[in-house]
Amino acid sequence: MQKVLLGVEAIAQGAIDGGMSGVYAYPGTPSTEITEYIQNNKYAKEKNLHSAWSANEKTAMESALGMSYTGKRTMSCMKHVGLNVAADCFMNASVTGVNGGFIITVADDPSMHSSQNEQDSRFFAKFAQIPVLEPSNQQEAYDMAYSGFQLSEKFGVPVMIRITTRLAHSRSIVELKEVLPENELKLPSNPTQFILLPSIARKQYKGLLNKQKQFEQDAEVSSFNNYIEGSDKSKGIIACGISINYLMENYPDGCPHPVLKVSQYPLPRKLIQKLYDECTEILVLEEGYPIVEEHLKGYMEKENVSGRLNGALPRDGELNPDLVARALNLPTTDKAETSDLVAGRPPALCAGCSHHDVYTVLNKVIADHYTLGRVFSDIGCYTIGALPPYNAINTCVDMGASITMAKGAADAGLVPAISVIGDSTFTHSGITGLLDAVNENSPITIIISDNESTSMTGGQDSAAKGKIEEICEGVGVHPDHIKVLLPIAKNHDEMYKVLKEELDFNGVSVIIPRRVCIQKHARDIKMKRKNLK
Amino acid sequence: MKTNIILAGVGGQGILSIATSIGMAALKNKMYLKQAETHGMSQRGGDVFSHLRISDKPIYSDLIPKGKADLIIAVEPMEALRYVPYLSETGYLVTNTKPFKNIPNYPEVEKVLNQLKKLSNVIMLDADAIAAEIKSKRSMNMVMLGASSPFLNGITYKILQEGIKDIFGKKGEDIVNKNLEALACGKAEADKIITKK
Ligand SMILES: Cc1ncc(C[n+]2csc(CCOP(=O)(O)OP(=O)(O)O)c2C)c(N)n1
Repeated sequence: MQKVLLGVEAIAQGAIDGGMSGVYAYPGTPSTEITEYIQNNKYAKEKNLHSAWSANEKTAMESALGMSYTGKRTMSCMKHVGLNVAADCFMNASVTGVNGGFIITVADDPSMHSSQNEQDSRFFAKFAQIPVLEPSNQQEAYDMAYSGFQLSEKFGVPVMIRITTRLAHSRSIVELKEVLPENELKLPSNPTQFILLPSIARKQYKGLLNKQKQFEQDAEVSSFNNYIEGSDKSKGIIACGISINYLMENYPDGCPHPVLKVSQYPLPRKLIQKLYDECTEILVLEEGYPIVEEHLKGYMEKENVSGRLNGALPRDGELNPDLVARALNLPTTDKAETSDLVAGRPPALCAGCSHHDVYTVLNKVIADHYTLGRVFSDIGCYTIGALPPYNAINTCVDMGASITMAKGAADAGLVPAISVIGDSTFTHSGITGLLDAVNENSPITIIISDNESTSMTGGQDSAAKGKIEEICEGVGVHPDHIKVLLPIAKNHDEMYKVLKEELDFNGVSVIIPRRVCIQKHARDIKMKRKNLK
Repeated sequence: MKTNIILAGVGGQGILSIATSIGMAALKNKMYLKQAETHGMSQRGGDVFSHLRISDKPIYSDLIPKGKADLIIAVEPMEALRYVPYLSETGYLVTNTKPFKNIPNYPEVEKVLNQLKKLSNVIMLDADAIAAEIKSKRSMNMVMLGASSPFLNGITYKILQEGIKDIFGKKGEDIVNKNLEALACGKAEADKIITKK
């Protein structure tokens, strides 16, 4: 059977067909649709495959590891920065190893279309010393998810599938395979495998190190890595992941140079050696950091290797056919300049968004009573408050950092310090920071701008829904300083008053302006109508 | 034969419905297809695009090189201008003339339209007005698709209609017919402009 699928959907379908029992994830562009596809898939629903959202990437990855412990196949998905949150589990799961096949799918975002940075997850996989699969197209994305569980089980380690935005969000035709059954429940044969006490961990770690050679040998013969012969040996090209497409785009009748297509890591050493011996120069095409290039060039900076480090390609940002053409000294039709009339069109808050009311009032209170520069914010739709006409926030770093950065600034004497955080971000990683603030009675005011939705990533349900006041009270915020507001134009005066009072309070206060995201609201109404029919 | 199409607009305008309709028609023709889309932050009112490539041979890159687009379909004029560097020398640009102003520094519309008019192969129409005329404001995208239909190499108008029936069939006959009507109006408008030239 054939289907037209986004790269992310191909991974989801491949995992379902490959016998997966559950996916664990927290949303994050460009990885979100993997889990959404499984949530909406008929077969997955019938089989009751786990697909509910987790509170954050760390809880997601740990739950997946727990599922793998039982012998079942599982996947955990996240965007690149989500892997930072899950890193503690990630780095240790390579040492425990797996029981049931465990795929960790990480979607990187070079050019930062929707992200704070463009870190390359292949680096992280090397850090954890596990194999990586990097699909070059939608079909390979499907095939890798399908067969990735077997690879993980064969070597007893988690396997990473690494994709980037362009493949994640591009559609093509994918040929599906037969559906494999789920694994039976079967606990690890070694009862101490998952106990990382130093004495056991040392043994486990040696095991991981001993497997490195096998990982390399497997990459050597992998059907995902191909050596394509070419007669013009003045140059040999290493093309990783989707960059092979940009190369072939420039050579529609076949590339005259020898090409090594790399889609499984660690690097296939013998194939690289062959290219090296055969060709005068090596050009490395890779999406993300110049990892392969740096590897080959080495500390001694071998001069016949080029790529992002010597300026043949830009050091940052995603690749495209035109950039690759220039690196190959081929002519391009990239001539016309964009007209000066064209203005940037940044994302904006929707008309009627509750965050608008929050910033309007907050800006007024600050302008009337305080100096600027004291609003620590976070990641979500409300980050758009950084842009005109609001210019309302001073920071956005990593999820949860608004509360803790406000605390640090207050500790240093910036009083009052204000945190603006979303409901989903609060339960993702704001709660522990709140506990720190409560324990020291820090003079900070936390605005949890609650739209009852994880809106920036498309309106997924928020783990915080209906729980925020209780969580804050449970963590130790005094009930008198937990204030719920309805952020609508008519209430601006009341919001102003409450905000001013709490900013004057010398301790932790939490203000919760609550009104459902208008996009989610519209979708809910549409769904209701549909269900009534 | 390969056709490179760029769709451009503003997040929320629904350019993907155009891409899906062309894609469906391409599949009916048993052609290969790749369709890169904008998901994420820009969908909140930012500029969005889709690169759609259809061919009778396998397609490599998900992205179209600059200067290689055979057709640009823009549902907003400044967004049309943004993608002009992608247009090939023989390519066509079909654009809606109705601006979507959600930024304070939107340029003078007259100037934008004048620059577009200077292109050699351009079709400009007020697709919002045409959709309003047939009392179906939401089918502006289908008007644009209809206006682009003469330039879809290898995809006949009939196959486009069949694709639309497949896509909107679930939503009932009324919706299918409204979309087909919008498609026809767009095509008629483009035909008129082409004959005048
Ligand atoms: C570690 C990490 N995981 C995921 C994301 C992706 N992400 C950015 S904003 C956001 C949702 C925020 O939801 P919420 O805090 O409720 O704010 P809203 O967008 O609804 O205003 C997510 C999941 C990220 N940037 N970092």
